[in-house]
Amino acid sequence: MSGTGDKILASMTNEEISRYSRHLLLPEVGMEGQKRLKAAKVLIIGAGGLGSPLGLYLAAAGVGALGIVDFDVVEESNLQRQIIHGVKDLNRPKAFSARDRIRDLNPRVEVAVHNVGLTSENALDILHKYDVVVDGTDNYQTRYLVNDACVFLQIPNVYGSIFQFEGQATVFGAENGPCYRCLYPSPPPPGLVPSCAEGGVLGVLPGIIGCIQACEVLKLIIGNAPSLAGRLLLFDAWRMKFREFKIEKDPDCPVCGDNPSIEELVDYEEFCGLKAEEEPVDNISARELKARLDRGEAVQIVDVREAHEREIFVFPGAMPVPFSRITQSENTLNPSVDAVFICKVGKRSAHAIRALREVGYEGRMLNLEDGVNAWARDVDPSLPIY
Amino acid sequence: MAVTILIPTALRAFTGRQSQAQADGKTVGEVLKAFADANPDVRQHLYDENGELRSFVNVYIGDVNIRNAGGLGGPIEDGDTLTLVPAIAGGVVCEPEQKP
Repeated sequence: MSGTGDKILASMTNEEISRYSRHLLLPEVGMEGQKRLKAAKVLIIGAGGLGSPLGLYLAAAGVGALGIVDFDVVEESNLQRQIIHGVKDLNRPKAFSARDRIRDLNPRVEVAVHNVGLTSENALDILHKYDVVVDGTDNYQTRYLVNDACVFLQIPNVYGSIFQFEGQATVFGAENGPCYRCLYPSPPPPGLVPSCAEGGVLGVLPGIIGCIQACEVLKLIIGNAPSLAGRLLLFDAWRMKFREFKIEKDPDCPVCGDNPSIEELVDYEEFCGLKAEEEPVDNISARELKARLDRGEAVQIVDVREAHEREIFVFPGAMPVPFSRITQSENTLNPSVDAVFICKVGKRSAHAIRALREVGYEGRMLNLEDGVNAWARDVDPSLPIY
Repeated sequence: MAVTILIPTALRAFTGRQSQAQADGKTVGEVLKAFADANPDVRQHLYDENGELRSFVNVYIGDVNIRNAGGLGGPIEDGDTLTLVPAIAGGVVCEPEQKP
């Protein structure tokens, strides 16, 4: 199934004809295509960087009903790229903030707000009411959940994903087309790849990838258009290059293959390794570290942030050892003195401690809990939180 | 002439920020091994504990995934381009305590 092919199409008012005239002038869209858009129901999962242009362009294009799934609230650091939200929306739930902006842009669009996290328990119930699903999520467990639910419900899943300067887009779950698991059978273990919150993202990148997704959604609804199904579009914003790769449907895919072994939604946190017990590390709070330094205790502070990140602010007295080179630092540390590892939020530093343990470092290692952002919050408010 | 390897943003922290590299080999596996030997930090991102290519990294010769064309044992020629395409997800830190 794709789009709204089997629906009875309602007529359009003169006001609608005026509003959508630039679509009606395209022979590929025309009155019939615009009526299909009006009859369509599209679910946007995530009202963030990708969801922002998706919500705006799909509403402007006259998609009749939009659903928005997001449980998060608008934070200041979102506004660098999440253009559906404004300063007045800070601390509001993103789903409601997005709904209000869409109503402002096109009051004819019916907006359903799902101010919840998508889970194995609620996903089928939410998704089955829609003709097309757009994946604008920011984590692997929700991506696999959305993929599997779309395969089971036979709903096309318009995929987009971003990291730093690079984006991916394609259409999964099209008739006879591949699904996300055909492309990536399983996700990276947690912590191996930094997230955008740690690795950063160019603000305009989700705008470009989200617009590509919006374009694919419109074509799926209008019909008779070649889609990205079976092709992975890769975009490098830094080099300004688009590349395209084939995605084959995997006959052995556990979800969409010839003999599927997964026929209902599973526990996606477990699938993504988020329930595996991570080897614990000893924590130290920012205030405790400050107290130890004030008492003049010998402590070696190891800053695992990358060089460009240390430019945001230099942590006094810290030895810079970027996370990517951590295992080569074993011999520069003194095992008889406590070493405190620091990063932005305390995740990479914990992984750095585990990596050093693995290569046999035997000195005492402590992790600065919540990272240098906690130091800025609890010890030195003159420093920025980033 | 050697094989050119295009390195995605997500792996550049482990290749000294290089966006491409050259390596020699007669098979895809040999080229990737030479690349990993020259960039030891990248190895754990390409191979699992058993030395198999990780399932969240795809390797393309031209626009064809090597999983559909001979895998690591498949032939490769000087002048070919290998592109590494890992899964990316963006967004927040994926740790259980940050879930809704």
